[in-house]
Order: sequence, then C-alpha cells, then structure tokens
Amino acid sequence: MIKGKKLNIIKGALFITIIWYFIHLLISSNIIPDPFTVFLNFFEILIPVLLPHLAMSLYRILTAVVLALIIGVSLGLLIGRNERVDQYISPIIYLLYPIPKIAFLPIIMLLLGLGNRSKIVLIIIIVVFQIIVTTRDSVKNVDPEYFYSAQSIGISSLQTYQHIIIPAILPQILTALRITVGTSIAVLFYAENFATQYGIGYYIMNSWIMVNYVDMFSGILAVSFLGLLIFKSIDIIEIRFCLWINVKNTKGVNNQ
Amino acid sequence: MIKVENLFFSYQCKDVVKNINFTIREGESLAIIGPSGCGKTTLVYLLANLLTPNQGQIKINNSIIDNIRKKTGVILQNYGLFPWKTVYDNVSLGLEVRHFNKKKIKEKVLEVLNRLNIEEYKDNYPAELSGGQRQRVAVARSLILKPDLLLMDEPFSALDAITREEMQNLILHIHKDNNLSFIIVTHNIDEAVFLGQNIAIMKEGTFIDQLDNPYFGDFKLREKEEFFKLCKNLRTMMSGDDLL
Repeated sequence: MIKGKKLNIIKGALFITIIWYFIHLLISSNIIPDPFTVFLNFFEILIPVLLPHLAMSLYRILTAVVLALIIGVSLGLLIGRNERVDQYISPIIYLLYPIPKIAFLPIIMLLLGLGNRSKIVLIIIIVVFQIIVTTRDSVKNVDPEYFYSAQSIGISSLQTYQHIIIPAILPQILTALRITVGTSIAVLFYAENFATQYGIGYYIMNSWIMVNYVDMFSGILAVSFLGLLIFKSIDIIEIRFCLWINVKNTKGVNNQ
Repeated sequence: MIKVENLFFSYQCKDVVKNINFTIREGESLAIIGPSGCGKTTLVYLLANLLTPNQGQIKINNSIIDNIRKKTGVILQNYGLFPWKTVYDNVSLGLEVRHFNKKKIKEKVLEVLNRLNIEEYKDNYPAELSGGQRQRVAVARSLILKPDLLLMDEPFSALDAITREEMQNLILHIHKDNNLSFIIVTHNIDEAVFLGQNIAIMKEGTFIDQLDNPYFGDFKLREKEEFFKLCKNLRTMMSGDDLL
C-alpha cells in the first residue's frame, strides 16, 4: 500500500516533468528552462542555498498553522456547541471571511514590525476562518445519537470533548489543515517579498528579478517538495489518529 | 422497582408522550410495542433521563430520577457505538470515565467480551463487524457497568431473523443470570411476546392496552403453541386498533 503510494508520487513527478519538458521545447526560451538543468541545479544548491530559505518558510508556516489551529478549533468548538454564541459570532465571521486580508499587510507591518511576526499574523488571519467554519460545521454534524450514547454511560461534558467531539471531527479538521497549508504557502510567497532576505518566496522572486530562471525554477521545485513534505506529514497524522475511517466493512468476519 | 406516573413529554407543541403509567417489579421485563412514530423511542429516552419530562415522574427503587442513573444501561437503536474506538475501547469507556484503574478495566472488559463471545474482535472497529457482533458489543458496553435496569430501543430491528433470535436468547440469559430488569421497545410481535413479561401496546404517545405474559422466560417458547396463541392475541389487539 505504502509502496503503491510512493510509486504514485514518482508517476506524478514523471508526468509533470514530461509536460514541463514539452512546454520547454514548445516555448524554446530560457523563461522555461529544461527540467534536467533545473534538477541538477536544484541538487547542487539545495543544502548551501535553498535549505536556509526553506527552513525559514517552514518555520513561518508551521508557527502560523499551529496558532491558527489552536485559535480556530477552540472558537469553532465553542460556536458549534453553543447556539447562542453561534448567533452572535457567526455573522461576524461571515462579514470578515470574504475581506481580502492580504491588503492589510502594510498595516500589519506598521503595527507588528517588518520581521516574522507580521508575516505569521497575516497567514493566521487568512487561514483561521477556514478552520473556524470547518470545525463549527463538523461539530454540528456529529450524530446526536453519539451524545445520547455518551450521556447514557455517564460521560461528563469535558470528557465528551475528549472522547466524542474531537475524534469525530478530526478527519474534517485534517482536511481543513490540508487546504490551510496550501493557502499558507501561497500567502507566504506574497508576504516574503517584503522586508526579508530569507524565505523561499523571497528566493524565487529575487531569482526572477536577477533573471536567473534556473534558480527561480529550483526555488519553485523546493516549494513543491516543501508542500509534499507537509501533506505527507498530515497523511501520517491521519493514519495514526484516524485509523477507523479507512477500515473496511468486512461485515462479519464471522457473521453471527 | 420502577414506577412511572403520569408521564408527559411534548416537542414543538405536540404531545409525543402522554399520560404513561406503569410499574415493573425488580427482575421483571416490559416490552413496549407500537407503530413507528408512536413515541416509543422518546419514552426510552425519558426513562434513561436523556430527555426531561414536562410532567410526571419516574421512580426507581423509590428514588425520583432527575439525572442520568449509573445503574441504568441503555442500548440505542443504532447501537450507539463510537466508530473511532475499537471494540475494547468502546466497552472500556464507561469504566475509564469512572476512573477505574487500567488493570481492573482490562480484567473486566476481557471478562465481558469473553462472556459475549466477542473477545477475538477486541481490536476491531465497529465498521469491521456484522450487525450481530456490533449488537453484542453494545450489550457488553452496558453490562460492564453492572446495571440493574436495561433499556433497549428497537435493538435488534436491523438484524436478520436468526441473529435476532440469538440476541433475544442472549438477553433472556443475561436477565436470568443477573435478575436484570429490562424494558424493550420493539415493533416486532414475536420479540414482544418472547421478551416481554408484561407487554404494553403504545399508540399516539400513550399505552392503550397491556397484557401479562405467563409464558415469559421459556427458551423453547417460540416452538410452543402458547407462543403462537399469544402472538395472535397481541396481533388482534393491535390490528383491532388499526395500529400496524
């Protein structure tokens, strides 16, 4: 199974490389360098050049996503379990969610400085809404029979969160996390163009300005691997903590 | 002893349960039979205190029930098992939240799983089991808390005929072994006659008739003429009122 998945990644990578190569032949310009030159350059600069940029981006993404998860899941649980709070908070969320928050970056920078803090906060305020809404809706969709069942065996309200709500909504939270990570990388790419000299977004844009397309594509390749690493980590968390969603209904190993 | 007096429950201005009165002595059983939507499930939820009545009271051993009772076991229609927990974890949960130590929990869980012949599935998730096996897990989860009253809401309705009879026999065995009082809600006439020491017919939220079952407790009852006579009698009582 895992071997099959590894093979799928290789097949996917091969497919993208072929398409990339054909576009390179078609365009016939150094704007799209050939993939093999990029691969060679990528491995050459990976440790000395790319790794510090990747590490900084990973730090910003992880910090932002973890904080957004803590804030978003807590708020989502509160709204999802409490009708009255939902009545007051949900309209506020609906009003704030569609605002293009990226436009606030200059204000955030003025308030929080030019360093990491402003970039991390920007990612948080963009992705936290996805997490709040997913958590709230997942909590509301938990089958009421589970709550009755839990009550009937004497589970307290606090234990209900531990034994019922969190495990029931975890698969949806992980789905929200995947979407969030994609959004975070895109936001970070933008945010890293300002007031920084480290971060993969900065590296790609800087290579573009220097008209070094091989380096630019090496940076893009690094972003792709960074995404793959994070998505695979989420898959591992899912396998570890949501084993039940993948079990097969064998319907009676021994039908009695 | 369970004594229910003048029980009323309404939902969205509609009386779902009205004027329910009955008494069950310790170690007795009651089967409540009626068509879908007659308020049977609501009645079970009221007896378990998962819902609060608008009027009336439920007394168990002379205490008025106004909270979830530790010694009342409940088996819900869809088993109420948590799909994210293994069989072992589903069964042990009631003890875990009561802060039993791990060693004691393991001992008790394995004992009850063994008694219900599902020990080999302890590491499986509910989705991996058949309906009958899931039902046994639901029974195990209730039994581990050593209840003196078991409430069951159409527990065997999703099972095939053979498995259903096996489960009915199992409940009867448990009842006899533990002097367990139980109330079962069903829409199956055979089941009501086999498992009901008292049988109540429910229609539009209230009991319209009740009868005693002198043959209750006989494992061979299904093969006897009295069983068919009682089923026929019950069917007549129900169809006379245009219930089914």
